[in-house]
Amino acid sequence: MPVNNRGTGTRRLARWWPAAALTALLAAPFSALPLPGLLDGPIGSPGNLQLMSLCLLFGALATGYDLLLGRTGLLSFGHALYFAGGTYATNTFMLEAGLPFAVSALLGLLFGVVLAALLGSVSLRVSGIRFSMVTLAFAQAGSILAERNPGGVTGGEEGRAAPADRLPAGLIGIEHTVNLYWVALAYLVFTLAAVQWAVRSPAGRVWEGIKENERRVEVLGLRPYGFKLVAFVLAGALASLGGIVHLLLTGGATPQTTTSDFTLSLLVMVVLGGSGSRWGPLVGGVLYTWADHRLTDLAGSGSVADLPAVLRVPLSQPLFLLGVVFVVIVRLLPGGVVRIPERIAVARARRRATATPRASARSASP
Amino acid sequence: MSTVVLLVFTGLGLGALYFLVASGLSLIFGLMDVLNFAHGALLSVGAYATWWAAAGHLPGAGTGGAGFVLAVAFGTAAGTLAAVLLELTVIRPLYTRPRDQVLATVGVGLAVPALLSAVWGADARPFPGPRALSGTFGLFGARIPVNRPVLIAAALLVLIVLKLFLTRTRHGLVVRAGVEDRAMVTALGTDVRKAFTLVFAIGGAAAALAGAFSGLYFGSVDPGQGTSLLIFAFVVVVMGGMGSTAGCALASAVVGLVQQFANYCTTAGLGDLSVVVLLAALLLTRPRGLTGRLA
Repeated sequence: MPVNNRGTGTRRLARWWPAAALTALLAAPFSALPLPGLLDGPIGSPGNLQLMSLCLLFGALATGYDLLLGRTGLLSFGHALYFAGGTYATNTFMLEAGLPFAVSALLGLLFGVVLAALLGSVSLRVSGIRFSMVTLAFAQAGSILAERNPGGVTGGEEGRAAPADRLPAGLIGIEHTVNLYWVALAYLVFTLAAVQWAVRSPAGRVWEGIKENERRVEVLGLRPYGFKLVAFVLAGALASLGGIVHLLLTGGATPQTTTSDFTLSLLVMVVLGGSGSRWGPLVGGVLYTWADHRLTDLAGSGSVADLPAVLRVPLSQPLFLLGVVFVVIVRLLPGGVVRIPERIAVARARRRATATPRASARSASP
Repeated sequence: MSTVVLLVFTGLGLGALYFLVASGLSLIFGLMDVLNFAHGALLSVGAYATWWAAAGHLPGAGTGGAGFVLAVAFGTAAGTLAAVLLELTVIRPLYTRPRDQVLATVGVGLAVPALLSAVWGADARPFPGPRALSGTFGLFGARIPVNRPVLIAAALLVLIVLKLFLTRTRHGLVVRAGVEDRAMVTALGTDVRKAFTLVFAIGGAAAALAGAFSGLYFGSVDPGQGTSLLIFAFVVVVMGGMGSTAGCALASAVVGLVQQFANYCTTAGLGDLSVVVLLAALLLTRPRGLTGRLA
């Protein structure tokens, strides 16, 4: 049947698209192609590379965060803490102890892991939405600490710039933006591989069981607490690694990364793209970061300034638009952006009104 | 001695603010399993509406006497209306998807403060409190700001009204039964959805009132105020045992007092941290909260 053939054809193509996307990402810095509307100027320009690096970083970060939300069913509102922990600890080791970057990064990662293990073991004593609230409280404490600037270590509301003399020379300066892009891409590939490996491991199956029905896992004789803690620490480790990459990308630690808004934006990314899927959080993170930057540009542009106040005022706030888009996505598009092709296919199948039981079963399932 | 009296009043005043935010949050959660992340936004709506009315935009409202009462009433009404709108347009369509309800309130909680800062700026606006509430009075040698006891009285009043509503009225009965066992109430043929809207309205009113009073307490309103108060309200709700109004009141007082005393005894800012340490200690010893209820 021709329909079936086309189905397997697209499916075979679909299996190869990650490789194609990776090739495109590897080629991007060498391309001078302009993408009007999407990016400002040629792809390979330092500004665009910087934006793309941030997109990749946040795509990876959202993927790591989804290890908790989409894979284990843990709604943590304190993920910013481990991200900012990695950033601040690494920066502080360089600034205060005078250690070289590589050593500081290792210690920063260790700091993030220990912090996640410590706070995770406390907050996992409660479950469900109370877990969310407790993680939020811990993260808020971290945020307050960073803003109060204890001992002049965190730099308070200004944050602190990374010391240029401690960083590898190839990672500073606008002419080396492409190297930072490679770092962000490497972090993304590493995170994707780590998450994929973890969810396919035996522990990953237990996580899935916990997400579906925690009581049943308990009845099977497994203690969910330990498995949840492993997921929490792994996600925390990936987040602090991301924090270190962010330190390199932005050249410093800022208290904005410690706020609850930061965690909430991670949540928005994951849900926007599609929680619990392999590519969803990545797509969501890239989309969110791109939209956030482009909307900020749009808000400052002349065409918005000329609009009547009713339109201009909300358009000048990217967070307002993102919040509204988020509500709309949650409401109208459960499963996120990555489910759109599937939904279109289902809608088409329904319209074709085929009598085959498989097609009708598929259209009935979501 | 005088310092202790002042700290007690300041701490209880802050606790009163936490109670106003947390009581609605706790009721909504207890009944609907929805952690309302937009609750801080409702507080901000109340705060800005009160400020807007008191600044002379509403005829009859002002910064003194009956005019200020009218402004607070307007702010509370605005918050209530916003809560009902939120329930009808965002929460109710997601009735069968509890987690998505929480996520949707996160979106609203991001969008509303952004909109407020787009309209009135991101900086704090001075809050025009009435002169009668801006002075201090002497007690045991301490100069206590008048607004502290007013806040405490307002919170006590809300506590009593809530208790009476929950225990003495038919609607309260439905809400209480819904908190205990939603499925059973539905099965008995009571429309829990009406109770949802009602509880959202009550929660919104309390949050908006908290917004008006936070203007008095801090002397200013800013778009982020709701969110920062919300986080302490979360701590209060977890500590108080979810869905329990009395536990909420107790935890609010404890959190407010601990925060103020810690701020005074150590350097400023450690008070906020001590609250989180308190929460961690409570979780390690009594994971079900002060009242021992399992929500």
